[in-house]
Amino acid sequence: MIPAAFNYHRPDTIEGAVKLINEFGDEARVVAGGHSLIPMMKLRMTGLSHLVDLQGIGGLKGISVDGDTITIGAMTTQHELIVHKQLSSRAPIIAEAALQIADPQVRYVGTIGGNVANGDPGNDMPGLMQCLDAIYSLQGPSGQRSVPARTFYEAAYFTEREEDEILTSISFQATGGGYAYEKQKRKIGDYATAAAGVLIEKDGDKCSAASIALTNLADTPIYCEAAVAALVGTALDPGDVGAAVKAAVDASDPSEDNRGPIEFKKHIAGVVIRCAIERAIERA
Amino acid sequence: MEKMHLKMTVNGEEMETLAEPRELLIHVLRERLNITGPHIGCETSHCGACTIDMDGKSVKSCTVFAAQAGGADITTIEGLGNPDNLHVLQEMFKEHHGLQCGFCTPGMITRAYRLLQEIPDPTEEEVRFGMSGNLCRCTGYQNIVKAIMAAATEMNATKEAAQ
Repeated sequence: MIPAAFNYHRPDTIEGAVKLINEFGDEARVVAGGHSLIPMMKLRMTGLSHLVDLQGIGGLKGISVDGDTITIGAMTTQHELIVHKQLSSRAPIIAEAALQIADPQVRYVGTIGGNVANGDPGNDMPGLMQCLDAIYSLQGPSGQRSVPARTFYEAAYFTEREEDEILTSISFQATGGGYAYEKQKRKIGDYATAAAGVLIEKDGDKCSAASIALTNLADTPIYCEAAVAALVGTALDPGDVGAAVKAAVDASDPSEDNRGPIEFKKHIAGVVIRCAIERAIERA
Repeated sequence: MEKMHLKMTVNGEEMETLAEPRELLIHVLRERLNITGPHIGCETSHCGACTIDMDGKSVKSCTVFAAQAGGADITTIEGLGNPDNLHVLQEMFKEHHGLQCGFCTPGMITRAYRLLQEIPDPTEEEVRFGMSGNLCRCTGYQNIVKAIMAAATEMNATKEAAQ
């Protein structure tokens, strides 16, 4: 499985990389870990002739915590997210989700930036970032701009990112309270049949804040506003949880594929959303 | 397409070669550098037979371009041991029948090597989870897990004895 020929570039600055993708237009693609792009190139499903490798750009790596704000460089690998102690104490849902992505070898190489920027509905990080209300930083020829994860995804593989922009970092607020990322998959390494990320905060006996987002249950990740509204202000009784599960399943829009028909996926969605909410409540 | 001049360290030795950017690392290792320990199994990043150790990480070399590995420090099964001087993992795979046809074994052992660097005293569950990127179609995994657990015990005993 040998891809079509291309030119390889390894710039050492973000500006250099932006310049290259501007110069070559839609014939160029950036590569981070490459574990989504390279398989597509091997199948000759991409027509690129310039590959711009971001590994030489030091400024794209690393995790920083400034007060309650966590910023993660786009080239940070899933493995680095899992083993980062401070990240695991300030936003433990990240490691919980990252450990359910692919397999160890893929997690050493696959990056958070590639996972969120690719726009593949099967990727887990986009839903998780919507759950965390993360902000993506994009850099293009006219400078830097920020886009919330909740408005970034337009359709499968189509995002707010322009072709001449590079996603450079992701930031979000540290989480308090309970969390859970629940994923149903057919086997290790598979994409989700259905997955859900949930955050729950309590003030006394009442739910003071919540967030729920879904993975691989539509063309894009889904932030479930109605499900969140069904929980906030309640005592999180079984009836409240049931209403939230129903609202989240109603917000899903899965399509039939080799993971099952729509009815089955909606059923599994209900199971994983309920598990995620209940586990988040236990931990809150 | 013009070939690139690539330099990498493989099993402690500086190596240079010419390769097209589109050549996968597994092909360059096997066909240009004659390092045939890492195998080509599925070639779709599922099976792990092509696993190598690159800059301290277990990597599926069928899903990396050789160009991306320019400057990298790579260890393959050849760098871990040889017939006259087996690595503990190789000895334990032999001892515990951790292989039948042997095709997946170089990838298994190279991955297990990194796993034990990170978790020197793993539980069985940690071994199974840590090895989940490597497929074996013969053994049913029981003896692979046993061999890795035994290698961990052996390596820890050697370390303690040295202290």
